[in-house]
Amino acid sequence: MSIIENHETVGTPFCSNPKLSARDVGVFYGDKQAIFDVSLDIGSNEVIALIGPSGCGKSTFLRSLNRMNDTIDICRVTGEILLDGENIYDPKVDVVPLRATVGMVFQKPNPFPKSIYDNISYGPRIHGLASSRVDLDEIVERSLQRAGLWTEVKDRLHSPGTGLSGGQQQRLCIARTIAVEPEVILMDEPCSALDPIATAKIEELIDELRENYTIAIVTHSMQQAARVSQRTAYFHLGQLIEVNNTDMVFTTPEHQLTEAYITGRFG
Amino acid sequence: MTYSTLLIAVLIALGGAYLLGRNRARTLSSQGIKMHSLATHYGALVALWTTLPPLLILLLWALLEPRVIDLILTAQLPDSIRAGGEAEIRLALSKVYNLANDSDLMGQQGLLGPVAEHLQALQARVTLLRGGVIMSLLLLGGALTWRRIQPDLRARSEVEGIVRILLFASSAIAVLTTLGILASVLFESILFFQKVPVTEFLFGTSWSPQVALRADQSGSSGSFGAVPLFTGTLLISAIAMAIAVPVGLMAAIYLSEYATPRVRQLAKPALEVLAGIPTVVYGFFAALTVAPVIRGLGESMGLEVSSESALAAGLVMGIMIIPFVSSLSDDVINAVPQSLRDGSYGLGATRSETIRQVVIPAALPGIVGAVMLAVSRAIGETMIVAMAAGLAANLTANPLDSVTTVTVQIVTLLVGDQEFDSPKTLAAFALGLVLFVVTLALNYVALKIVQKYREQYD
Amino acid sequence: MTDSAMSTRAKVEKSMKKRRAAESRFRTYGLLSVLFGVLCLVVLFGNIFSKGFSAFSQTVLTTTIHLDTDYLGVTATSDPQELRNADYEGLIKQYLKDTYEPSGRRERRDLYGMVSVGAAWQLQDMVLENPSLLGQTIHINMTMDDDVDQWFKHDRGTANEALRFSEQQLVWLHDWVDSGALHGRFNTIFFTNGDSREPELAGIRGAITGTFLTLLVTFLLSFPIGVSAAIYLEEFAPKNRLTEIVEININNLAAVPSITFGLLGLAIFINIFGVSRSTPLVGGLVLTLMTLPTIIISGRAAIKAVPPSIREAALGLGASKMQVVFHHVLPLALPGMLTGTIIGMAQALGETAPLLMIGMIAFVVDVPGFINDPSTVLPVQIFLWSDSPERAFTERTSGAIMVLLGFLILMNTAAVMLRRRLERRW
Ligand SMILES: Nc1ncnc2c1ncn2[C@@H]1O[C@H](COP(=O)(O)OP(=O)(O)OP(=O)(O)O)[C@@H](O)[C@H]1O
Ligand SMILES: [Mg+2]
Repeated sequence: MSIIENHETVGTPFCSNPKLSARDVGVFYGDKQAIFDVSLDIGSNEVIALIGPSGCGKSTFLRSLNRMNDTIDICRVTGEILLDGENIYDPKVDVVPLRATVGMVFQKPNPFPKSIYDNISYGPRIHGLASSRVDLDEIVERSLQRAGLWTEVKDRLHSPGTGLSGGQQQRLCIARTIAVEPEVILMDEPCSALDPIATAKIEELIDELRENYTIAIVTHSMQQAARVSQRTAYFHLGQLIEVNNTDMVFTTPEHQLTEAYITGRFG
Repeated sequence: MTYSTLLIAVLIALGGAYLLGRNRARTLSSQGIKMHSLATHYGALVALWTTLPPLLILLLWALLEPRVIDLILTAQLPDSIRAGGEAEIRLALSKVYNLANDSDLMGQQGLLGPVAEHLQALQARVTLLRGGVIMSLLLLGGALTWRRIQPDLRARSEVEGIVRILLFASSAIAVLTTLGILASVLFESILFFQKVPVTEFLFGTSWSPQVALRADQSGSSGSFGAVPLFTGTLLISAIAMAIAVPVGLMAAIYLSEYATPRVRQLAKPALEVLAGIPTVVYGFFAALTVAPVIRGLGESMGLEVSSESALAAGLVMGIMIIPFVSSLSDDVINAVPQSLRDGSYGLGATRSETIRQVVIPAALPGIVGAVMLAVSRAIGETMIVAMAAGLAANLTANPLDSVTTVTVQIVTLLVGDQEFDSPKTLAAFALGLVLFVVTLALNYVALKIVQKYREQYD
Repeated sequence: MTDSAMSTRAKVEKSMKKRRAAESRFRTYGLLSVLFGVLCLVVLFGNIFSKGFSAFSQTVLTTTIHLDTDYLGVTATSDPQELRNADYEGLIKQYLKDTYEPSGRRERRDLYGMVSVGAAWQLQDMVLENPSLLGQTIHINMTMDDDVDQWFKHDRGTANEALRFSEQQLVWLHDWVDSGALHGRFNTIFFTNGDSREPELAGIRGAITGTFLTLLVTFLLSFPIGVSAAIYLEEFAPKNRLTEIVEININNLAAVPSITFGLLGLAIFINIFGVSRSTPLVGGLVLTLMTLPTIIISGRAAIKAVPPSIREAALGLGASKMQVVFHHVLPLALPGMLTGTIIGMAQALGETAPLLMIGMIAFVVDVPGFINDPSTVLPVQIFLWSDSPERAFTERTSGAIMVLLGFLILMNTAAVMLRRRLERRW
């Protein structure tokens, strides 16, 4: 375990055009520290995959990127996270525009108990993004189309979102997120509750979204990481062990812990 | 022997029988006989058979004795009294009881003297008989069961069978209570509706049960149009709800979504205390403090306010119901999964947007259920309105006026001396029927909604 | 596309001012609601306490009075019946007349009216207890009329003081105060007397005894029945339609207005079964039915909380279902059941409406001795007094409420402590 104690992230954690950059980030739940000194850049328009064994802090790190951790009373974050060079933990920063800019999709699909239309239009409405009803209709249609859900639901826009299948619900949640036109999308195991076909659809979607968005995705599936991401970061017990181009991580991992994990020796 | 001595005798017998039964079983097994059950089971069996039958008989006896004695005495009353009808017989009987039980009065003979003397003799005999019957039942039950103690007696299963029946009977009491309430209000209501047409009761707009039009006509001793009571009840309940629902709901929201743990720890018990205050205390507060204040305020604004205004009663009732609404809403709001809140926060919604547009809509069925339960409480609340609302059956929607409610009228009609079978007394039961049916329906639907809602997020 | 994204951020920033205001408004409403609730509590308690505090003191006049054997017509050797019937009231009047020399009938009446009729009973009690006092001059703290009591406590020296008293009366009153003869002391009468038409003689002993007897009946019936029903429903009842109906029924019954239980008591217990009206027995029966749902519901929760491992372990040892329940589950669930029962009893303690239906509203002077004596209960006593016009009764009503709240706080504290102990165990 000595490797862990005085560890330094191996690989290339930094990049030239970062959208988000974390510097020495630590996260605490009460007295318990869940993330240790993580420094990592997430480049513009790239998909970065966060992998690692269960409980290593992937979700915790991801949630600290748009301050979702603020909703947990006992949670505390140290270090800095810069969005376009601005520290999001600065006391002056309001979480509302931050979260509108850095959207999030959760592990379990969580559509609101409202109609499909209202689910999508919720974000634009609260943020005042649409100037008219027509505008709103357009946003809803565009978001559903980009999430690949339009043809499936266009005839039942006013039926409840909870009535959709699991895969459709998750795409609805993605559509809901992109309806706000964020710049970054954080996805926490978006496919873990889905079957392979639904998963394939979402992966396809991520690939398309990359054009316009920066995406950080937590996944337990190394195949998925390999398929959708350009870079991969490997976490272990709250520490960032290795960051590299995805091909490299899966073919020639630098760190022995990474190698152990991807070859299935633990995790 | 009096009832209390008999009860004590039964209790002693219970202990004695248990010991005797257990010891006999022990003796048998110490002789090397293999018993089917433990010695304690035999003890319990003897104890049960010794005490249960006498207890049952004693209960029946207590119920029937007064009736039978009344019948016997009635037969002995002078014809002149018996000819006077039920009310007169009752009066005479109660005089007889007074005479017989008070040695000072016994001297003043009069018409009822012989009957009272007979009653004294009767009471002495009945008491003796009762004691005899109960004691022999005790002995008989004990002896018979004691003799049944044999190695192959399945004492345990028999005891468990009896206990099971007792347990079942206990839970049946709850159902019997509902049936009892229904039966008691239904029968008297039917009598009432024979005298006053249902339609007049439900749709009539004039309520003045106290006014006798013609003394000799029992059916027309007043008018029984209950609409003013229904509207009065609704008016006061509406005022109460207008306070309790927003305040209770917002308090629940604040405490569960905004307050720091410390504030929560202090404020929650404070609200719970508000819920534990007896309604008679609220009534006193409403009548002596709130009503005069409201009246004073109204008059200073040039309004005419009744000293028993619906507003005062409704306001205080609202205060009483706040903790009820807030604790039910608290449960309901906490049942909304965190993932929905996360979804909303993840899109950049503020706290209040999340609460108003995600949490409350998601919790709506539960909140509706809670509000329905609160309405049922407001409708059935008695003391506050009995003390702070009036008796005047005004058909009005003005909260500054005095109105009366269903519960106030039930209390007024039934407190004090009642004439049996007078429409006045029976009307109270008809009102009780309406109250029971309406609140039961509200509760039933509300509980169903809440239950469905809970299952949705389980 | 970056363009439109930038504009998202700008639009959101633009909307923030309004939204922040809405947020703080909403938050303020919430805070105000909580404060309103707490304020109501404070006002209610403050109101009752400020009104009721003075009920615990009683105004008395300290004097010396000669127990004139000639006037009373009895001596220390007279038999108790004679001692009881002697004219103590007349003696007091005689004494007052001789001491203060009122002129004219009107003044005499005013003077006599300032002393409570209870003062004569005080004398009577003293003599009966110790007949050798007869013929001596004794010290006595005479109970004063409620008007004097209220004047002394509230109106003295204010503009209101002439409202109820004549000038001469005020002169006497001020003289008494100045000489220290008229003073307040702890109101024992309030705790030792039953109800009375005279406010200064009215006490809550009868009501408290009635409450105690009623709750005793309620507890003795509702606890065993409630626990048995909870055990049956949780452990033995087959999961079928009938059981479901029983469950729904119990939940509904818990929310039925209490006044309907009074109707049941009147129609069934009194009119059909012939239980006597106004007694703790019939009150206890009605309150039993009313508290049963609470006890059953909390009892079931307590049984559910017993870990199944305990049941399985006992069953594994070959115990019968009944033995498991009575030897293992019940002892563990009992504190929880007791907590529920105490809460149910606290509800019953404050209950008024159903008891009005079954005649517990009667004016009862005597302290009840047994569950079959006519009696009233504390909340009903409060209701009765609150209706009386005398100011002294308002004060006593508040005093009685303070006692009632005291009992409630005691019971709820007991329940909370029991629950704490329970939580510590698992
Ligand atoms: N709300 C919380 N309160 C306290 N501790 C928490 C909380 N959430 C997470 N933790 C702890 O923080 C550590 C990291 O948890 P996290 O959920 O980030 O792991 P993860 O890598 O996402 O795991 P998984 O792959 O199972 O989702 C864990 O040890 C967990 O127990
Ligand atoms: Mg996770």
